[in-house]
Amino acid sequence: MNTGADLFSLMVHFATLSFLAISGAISTAPDMHRFLVEEKHWMTHTQFSDSIALAQAAPGPNILFVALLGFQAAGWSGAVVALGSMVIPSSILVFVTWRWKKSREDTHLVKALRMGLSPIAIGLTVSTGLILIRTAAVPVSGLVLDWRIACLVALVAATLAFSLKTKRNPLWMIGLGAVVGMLLTLGPQ
Amino acid sequence: MASFNSSIPQVEGLAPPPQSATEMFWAFSNLALRGFGGVLPWAQRVIVEEKRWMNRDDFLEVLAFAQLLPGPNVCNLALMIGDRFLGWRGALASFVGMFVFPAMIVACMALFYDKFAHFPLVRGALQGMACAAAALIMSTGIKLGLSYRGRWLWLLPALGGFVAIGIVRRPMLETLLWLLPLSIGAAWWYVGKTAKK
Repeated sequence: MNTGADLFSLMVHFATLSFLAISGAISTAPDMHRFLVEEKHWMTHTQFSDSIALAQAAPGPNILFVALLGFQAAGWSGAVVALGSMVIPSSILVFVTWRWKKSREDTHLVKALRMGLSPIAIGLTVSTGLILIRTAAVPVSGLVLDWRIACLVALVAATLAFSLKTKRNPLWMIGLGAVVGMLLTLGPQ
Repeated sequence: MASFNSSIPQVEGLAPPPQSATEMFWAFSNLALRGFGGVLPWAQRVIVEEKRWMNRDDFLEVLAFAQLLPGPNVCNLALMIGDRFLGWRGALASFVGMFVFPAMIVACMALFYDKFAHFPLVRGALQGMACAAAALIMSTGIKLGLSYRGRWLWLLPALGGFVAIGIVRRPMLETLLWLLPLSIGAAWWYVGKTAKK
């Protein structure tokens, strides 16, 4: 794919998803897969899931996986179009809504929104963590609880304890994660 | 942009608010570049624990709006925190600061993808990092929940959302349809009750 019409349809599709990406862009990944892999055949399934894994491991906002997807589909122009149309529409909407909220700080409604939304944000954050743990740990060997998964679960528990109990830099745990992950590939198959 | 700063009084326990868009740009570059596996834990750490620009309650409130509006959570978060301190210039600075360096790194990855994607060692490292990073996201949620010490009852909506979305895996939209009215309704009632006193 590399025609202007293809780039345009990429833009329209991602701009639509931009408004649907509630609680994080990753929630729209299944639809991106349907569009890019199954409908347009612009990339393989492996390229698609690798793009997500790479962007997740790299430093920075995970939304950059959209740029990698755009790159796989149509090179640099695809990367720019995909990321721009995913990020800009929702950002404008968010900015306008936020300004509206700021101008009504002391009303009953905004006070209630503040109090009522915060605990939901906590529930969503913990859920996101759990779902990502599950997707990251389980593909090792299907659903069977083997020693690799046990090691990864121990890694998760250690990271939780480290982050909650100490003030040390959590990057240590990311580094430990890389080491544990590499060691696991060396063990018996 | 002094008008914005003077409108935000310095709160006890907090450091002085950021003074310039440049400062916001570097703060968000900094937290984004440490964000292996996700920026949210680092946003909380840098803004609340290191820079002490906001306390946990304020951060949580902004995060709640960032999560419930469409778009990438941390982008929304950067826009809102930037705007809160320095208006639209702060919003733009935080947003660009968060993207510019990570985008360069991802661009390099795009170039080298074909060469290194197939090594098992690389795949193993990526997987281990993803597990640790996901645990950090979870611990950020738990930390924010700990700020409800002494008023645990307010965490019921958090528990409801966690069970529905994280454990039972109900769709997000369906869950919010019952959870939002319940939580905001309870808060509405409480705000009305305390206002009368």
